[in-house]
Amino acid sequence: VNIVNEAAMQRRDDAQKRVRVNGAGLDVRDLPSFGFSHRSLMWWGTFGLIAIESTAFALAIVMYFYLRSHVEVWPLTTPPPALLWGSVNTVILLASMWPNRAAKQAAEKLDLAGVQRSLLGCCLFSAAFLAVRAVEFASLNVRWDTDAYGSIVWLLLGLHTTHIATDAWDTLVLTALMHTNRIEGKRYVDVSENSLYWYFVVLSWIPIYGVIYWAPRLH
Amino acid sequence: MKVYPVDPPVPAPRLATVRPGADEAAALEQTWSDPPGLLGWLASINHKSIGRRFIVTAFGFFVAGGLLAALMRLQLARPQNTLIGPDFYNQLFTMHGTTMMFLFAVPVMQAVSVYLVPLMLGTRSIAFPRLNAYAYWVYLLGGLMLYIAFLLNTGADAGWFAYPPLSGPEYSPGKRVDFWAQMITFTELSALVEAIVLITTVFKLRAPGMTLNRIPLFVWAMLVTAFMVLFAMPSVMLASTALILDRLVGTHFYNPAENGDALLWQHLFWFFGHPEVYLIFVPGLGFISAIIPTFARRPIFGYSAMVLSLIATAFLAFGLWVHHMFATNLPELGKSFFTAVSMMIAIPTAVQIFCWIATLATGRLNFKTPLLFVLAFFFILLMGGLTGIMLASVPLDLQLHDTYFVVAHLHYVLIGGAVFPLFGVIYYWFPKFTGRLMSERLGRWNFWLFFIGFNVAFFPMHWLGLKGMPRRVYTYPADQGWDAMNLVATLGAVTIAISVLLFIINVWRSVRHGAPAGDNPWGASTLEWATTSPPPAANFVQLPVVHGREPLWEAWPNPRFVTGLALNQREMLTTTVLDALPDHRVVFPVPTLWPFVGAVATTVLFVGSIFTPWAVVWGSIPVAAALTAWFWPKRNETRGHLALEKQP
Repeated sequence: VNIVNEAAMQRRDDAQKRVRVNGAGLDVRDLPSFGFSHRSLMWWGTFGLIAIESTAFALAIVMYFYLRSHVEVWPLTTPPPALLWGSVNTVILLASMWPNRAAKQAAEKLDLAGVQRSLLGCCLFSAAFLAVRAVEFASLNVRWDTDAYGSIVWLLLGLHTTHIATDAWDTLVLTALMHTNRIEGKRYVDVSENSLYWYFVVLSWIPIYGVIYWAPRLH
Repeated sequence: MKVYPVDPPVPAPRLATVRPGADEAAALEQTWSDPPGLLGWLASINHKSIGRRFIVTAFGFFVAGGLLAALMRLQLARPQNTLIGPDFYNQLFTMHGTTMMFLFAVPVMQAVSVYLVPLMLGTRSIAFPRLNAYAYWVYLLGGLMLYIAFLLNTGADAGWFAYPPLSGPEYSPGKRVDFWAQMITFTELSALVEAIVLITTVFKLRAPGMTLNRIPLFVWAMLVTAFMVLFAMPSVMLASTALILDRLVGTHFYNPAENGDALLWQHLFWFFGHPEVYLIFVPGLGFISAIIPTFARRPIFGYSAMVLSLIATAFLAFGLWVHHMFATNLPELGKSFFTAVSMMIAIPTAVQIFCWIATLATGRLNFKTPLLFVLAFFFILLMGGLTGIMLASVPLDLQLHDTYFVVAHLHYVLIGGAVFPLFGVIYYWFPKFTGRLMSERLGRWNFWLFFIGFNVAFFPMHWLGLKGMPRRVYTYPADQGWDAMNLVATLGAVTIAISVLLFIINVWRSVRHGAPAGDNPWGASTLEWATTSPPPAANFVQLPVVHGREPLWEAWPNPRFVTGLALNQREMLTTTVLDALPDHRVVFPVPTLWPFVGAVATTVLFVGSIFTPWAVVWGSIPVAAALTAWFWPKRNETRGHLALEKQP
């Protein structure tokens, strides 16, 4: 995941050559009509969303350890969550970065067929881990109303599930759109930033996975 | 650094002088106008329309919250008064605090910037204009929900910071606190969305040449505030979500019986709540930095120091939340740390105050109403700051905790730091909003009654607090020696109410009969004064190119304006983040009803969830449908965009 997109920087610098000063006017008609990475407004919107969601995840993890710091035994009365499905889903989520990366690269090359293909791959992965996520809830070995431990575990998993569900819907809509004839340059930017957000949803899962599944096993 | 003339060159260089024919203006007006009719009104996404509504709505809530305060003051005017009973009084102070903090103070700052920031940056629109409209509707509907519940005797009653266990299911049965918690979800969603919108606008839509070290201090303040929102608001959303889950589905976050912890709420709430004070105060600083140079008729002293101080304030604001919790059993060493930070944050504020004083001292002052409100800030905020230093010390705080001393302190800080400058802002920018000046004579009455009324109302509260009068009591016995001061405070409150009434009359009359303002009635230096008052739908007929920090006070060499953008589509120019070099062109979306529909669907989800958790599941379907329809491009839009397309 490269934060500063070198190609985008280069293209941004090239854009300067397309601006002409014409007396009192600064003529911008030859500038490109879209740009990838931090050149695009969509990147900044996504960046803001990621900042907000990261803060929410971080604070939820702080809540977890705050509650844990007040008791001797943790989990309080129940066994820790079963490892199997959470770990399976971690593998699926990590693997889903591959079609997302493919979609991002195809988008930045304006390769429509590649975008369509890899977005379909992304959708399949979304379906897979949403299904596994349902099983994950069932294998937490605790209910949200059992005790404070149950509450925070459900909050963490619920919070992350909200993110993958919304991004799965997002990806589905984008996939449908990229199969219509309403395609223009900035749709490729949308695909690229959708993948960026996807990376965030996957990478933020890793600490949450550690907290939900491994923190109760460490003493 | 460049030496600026003390007086703006008269006439200041105006874009009008380089404007081409009327055809271009007419075409732009047609492209950027809101659609007609009621549906057009609901579909509007123009940042000026939304900004105006946002400001009016926030002032509506300000008046509502003020009326609640007036009722409280009437009840407390004499001992053992029976005007208002304890249950209604609990709702009054909760609704007052909630309204002022969540429905007025934070939103009004964002509202002002929604209107002004794009104009100050020399661009045609705010970024993500549909999202901006959605944020407004969500805010309006959330505020209405809280007030409708209040009118149905379901007003929140656990204090504006709703500490559990009082706000938990055991001690607050019924739906009152649930409405409060969902109001948080509404307003914070709106504020977070606005923060993203503003950050993107400031970073990507500035006029060419407006490098980061040339943007107006007002915009810097709004940018810093927006970043603070990103990191502060998630905390209270998480806190209130956990609270409502405790209340509705039986989780135990704050329930000690099941190993939850009530203090967890206080940490989460104040991790948001203290930065929130600065979400209100930092825009106030920006207001002052906009007004002072204009009325001192010289550029601000110490621009870089001012910017760095704003950023330092933002960082420090996240390090002092525990000073609201000195009365809890936290480690003493920890409290010392928070005392130190609480005192440290005075440093960047002092830097700014000295810079303003230097600006005022070396300028030639033009004593108009906006400047009066700013000068009052110095006096009132200083008082609030001094009692803040007192409260930052743990032993004194323990003594004064939950007394009227704290009530006095917080009103001096918030009203002095934000509301006085805000009134100045309305007088200052009203001519830009409406094309007419407000009455100076009424303005002076408004100011002096507010200034005197404020001090008469709140200064005695210091003394009441020191005498031991607790906050949030609906009445008090006659033998405590509190009677006279309470009566004085009530008289002060009535004076404030009269002053606000004069303000409303002034606005009402000036909209119709005010003196025509012209483009730049105060001789100010920033770009919003380079266009007509009120600005055209597209803000500027020709987008300006910027060559300095005070564009209207400086020579304006070529190139002076941007050419080559389409007139028949909402085409704009984006610029690079640091240097504001032209980056690419972008076509902005057209008005649509979907943000409004999306906000209604969101309201159904949030309000429904108070009554059944399944509302979250079923309610998300219309939300998803509305947001998808919002995003889905129309065929003719795509065709239009393709006509302008050039690849990078």
